[in-house]
Amino acid sequence: MYKYNDFDEAFVRERVAQFSGQVARRIDGSLTEDEFRPLRLMNGLYLQLHAYMLRVAIPYGTLNSRQMDQLAYIAETYDRGYGHFTTRQNIQYNWPKLPDVPAILEKLADVEMHAIQTSGNTIRNVTADHFAGAAADEVADPRPVAELIRQWSTDHPEFQFLPRKFKVAVSGATADRAVIKAHDVGIYLREQDGELGAQIIVGGGLGRTPMVGKVLKEWVAFEDLLPYLEATVSVWNLLGRRDNKYKARIKITVHEHGIDDIRARVEERFAQIKPAFGGIDREMLSEIETHFAPPAFRNAPTDEFDRAYETDPVFRSWADTNLSAHKATGYAIATISIKKPGDTPGDASADQMRTLAGLARDFGHDELRISHEQNVILPHVHKSDLPRIHAILKATGLATANVGLASDIIACPGMDYCALATARSIPVAQGIATRVEELGIEHDIGELKIKISGCINACGHHHVGHIGILGLDRAGVENYQITLGGDATETMVIGDRTGPGFAYDEIVPAIERIVETYLALRLNEDETFLEAYRRLGMAPFKAALYPAKEETAPKEKANAA
Amino acid sequence: MPRPFTPKAITANALLEGDVIYLSHDGQWVRDLRAARAFTEQDAAEAALATASKDGMVVGAYLTDVKLGEHGPEPTHFREEFRRTGPSNYFHGKQETTNGVAANV
Repeated sequence: MYKYNDFDEAFVRERVAQFSGQVARRIDGSLTEDEFRPLRLMNGLYLQLHAYMLRVAIPYGTLNSRQMDQLAYIAETYDRGYGHFTTRQNIQYNWPKLPDVPAILEKLADVEMHAIQTSGNTIRNVTADHFAGAAADEVADPRPVAELIRQWSTDHPEFQFLPRKFKVAVSGATADRAVIKAHDVGIYLREQDGELGAQIIVGGGLGRTPMVGKVLKEWVAFEDLLPYLEATVSVWNLLGRRDNKYKARIKITVHEHGIDDIRARVEERFAQIKPAFGGIDREMLSEIETHFAPPAFRNAPTDEFDRAYETDPVFRSWADTNLSAHKATGYAIATISIKKPGDTPGDASADQMRTLAGLARDFGHDELRISHEQNVILPHVHKSDLPRIHAILKATGLATANVGLASDIIACPGMDYCALATARSIPVAQGIATRVEELGIEHDIGELKIKISGCINACGHHHVGHIGILGLDRAGVENYQITLGGDATETMVIGDRTGPGFAYDEIVPAIERIVETYLALRLNEDETFLEAYRRLGMAPFKAALYPAKEETAPKEKANAA
Repeated sequence: MPRPFTPKAITANALLEGDVIYLSHDGQWVRDLRAARAFTEQDAAEAALATASKDGMVVGAYLTDVKLGEHGPEPTHFREEFRRTGPSNYFHGKQETTNGVAANV
């Protein structure tokens, strides 16, 4: 993985020193809150409902064991003993105290990490396929490109005061695991006639106006990738609306101007700026690529895996659910679920973080990934080590076999922590996961992506959940709208709203009725929830959700008349 | 006819810890809503808010609706209920540390 050079090190240390001074001046009264707020946000420090929250960048979701150990140390020393992995592949600390933040940033800098540009109207932390460098279906490793974009976008002088935040995601695989089409710019690395290039997607996003990204350019040669990205952001920086923050994201700019107009402007800008790059971006990418050489995979028998798989049903269940195909023979990608039913999705204790770090160090070529689905991944594990890994996970409450299933729920922090939230989301996730576990039907249900947001900003990606839940404040009461049929992959679809929302104590039973309807109507066990929904449409699910309302509807109409 | 004034408390976050705090009867910031001063007149509430907002050790002071309960002011909206008690996903945060005892900032 990427190692800081002298420039990176000096830059991050300087920012820590700057922010330390700013914190000191805020505390002694030299800076007002109005003056301090933009400065703290530039460094990832929010003031939330109950406390400060520090959002730490995990570039393209990649960590090594030393970094994970340090995150555990910070959780234990400066927070309440845990951290929260987010849908942006970052980690958030929910309880830091303002005077401690400079020390936390110093500890992060010690392991080549920071919180820069995790907030504000800048280019945010670049996200990527969490199976990068490991997936069997990968055309190219997205991490070097993501790292190049990270370096280019960090403190980029032209892009520090954009109309709004700007999110870039990169995938180099056939399957889209990085929600590429819901980003301001999404990059699919592709191979064409033996050459690498990229398809550029623009104007995707969720939030109050969900939109599936559109193809800005089918093919951009590798040497043109960074100038083309710069041209795109540059066009939006001038064109994007600053009069209304709800219309400022590039998805609205693309919608208002049309993709053809945006494309023409980007091409024109690209022609202007391309010569200025002069090949330095290619040189940087070549240097960065050396940091991402594959580990020395070992060629060894997998007998231990085969034996455990045959004899241990608990291990077999975990292996069937949590492992994915690796590009190297004898290896697997292991997803560690941070979704034990009843627990908070994405929360890991300091002890659990240390366990994960140890597993990466001892068995995983020192690599860890954080997924946007709020799980942790050991990307390179030899299969013969998996029985031992599973035993260690079991001992620390991390062996939940539910990846991709109904209790593997994405949930934003919601009103339990977030100042913007309009309703809670975590307890809804806890309720659904607990109920599914009680019923013991999770593996029978099969693949089902439930995603929950506690406000319209959609950090929980509810629009693209097979079942999406949006928590709102309706006249001072929590109310939950349901969407069905969303799809977060390369075939992205925004889900359809079922109808009126449900009260807090009604939402878990409502989800249960949806699941029961699916189980009753699916063609066979192989037809997934999403496939069944696409075949059946909304009608049977609506009938299951609103039986009483349908019966009383004519009467209400008659009264109204 | 003017609408009746809903009683208000003044709440904010503490600068250093970020904790939810309330302005008490004697002008101190406390962590327990029950010890907060409930304003029953709009002018007095707004004047107190203007003064409280100048306190450099608090952030984002605002007026929040309360109802007058047996043991002091109580929240009227669920958001303020969570601010008062802490996260509901599990027992930690404010409810773990204050035990309902008022404390100075």
